[in-house]
Amino acid sequence: MINRLDEALRFQQTALSLRAGRQELLASNIANADTPNYKARDVNFASALQNALGGTVAALPVAQTSPLHLQGNAGQNILGAPVMYRKPVQPSADGNTVDMDVERAQFADNALRYEASVKFVSDELKEIQTAIQG
Amino acid sequence: MSLFNLFNVAGSAMTAQSQRLNVVASNLANADSATSVDGQPYRAKQVVFSATPVGDGSAQGVNVTAVVEDNSPMKMVYDPTHPMANAQGYVAMPNVNVVDEMVNMISASRAYQNNVEVMNTSKTLLLKTLTIGQ
Repeated sequence: MINRLDEALRFQQTALSLRAGRQELLASNIANADTPNYKARDVNFASALQNALGGTVAALPVAQTSPLHLQGNAGQNILGAPVMYRKPVQPSADGNTVDMDVERAQFADNALRYEASVKFVSDELKEIQTAIQG
Repeated sequence: MSLFNLFNVAGSAMTAQSQRLNVVASNLANADSATSVDGQPYRAKQVVFSATPVGDGSAQGVNVTAVVEDNSPMKMVYDPTHPMANAQGYVAMPNVNVVDEMVNMISASRAYQNNVEVMNTSKTLLLKTLTIGQ
């Protein structure tokens, strides 16, 4: 039974973790809007959620026998989803690719969807409680 | 990876931007200081931002790595009656570009506001998270 409860909440829990991770990335982009050579980063949420639910993990690092070898891992990831650089639309002269309009919009969007997930989890818990108490 | 990192990210950006605002204030205040403690005219200062990992690394905050002095030549103003005037009657005045500083000031102030917004949103999200199951 506990297994079933866990299963019922797993989707929203994974979605919330991913939303929280993405919120962090977007906050980093906004924070570094004036840092020279900073590249804006984001994750592809849809594929990240699919991967996380399917249990796919990021590629394991390649064994290095010399410091000259390339690292060979996928770099930073959130729940196994690779963190990617945003394609710049209007890059600035100092090498910074943060577009404040895009970042602010995505930040607000992500925050709203996070709140929605919180609501969904709460509702699911209420449903379970109703089923138990009748 | 946690929403609490958002406070550190936005906080570091706010600290960096306020430091930048301090430097702008110092430059504007000393735009006409023909001499300083070392006997030389005041030199415009600029902050250098760099991205710095916060928490487990996917979030990036901002750090002020250095405050550098502008090495461009001083403004030479013809004023033979000035006590600091040279043999030709020119006075070396600070290389502060007031227009640049005003632009810098507005940019820093807007970036600061953006980060305040990020912090407020994070607080709302965390409070919403605490209501799960209620």
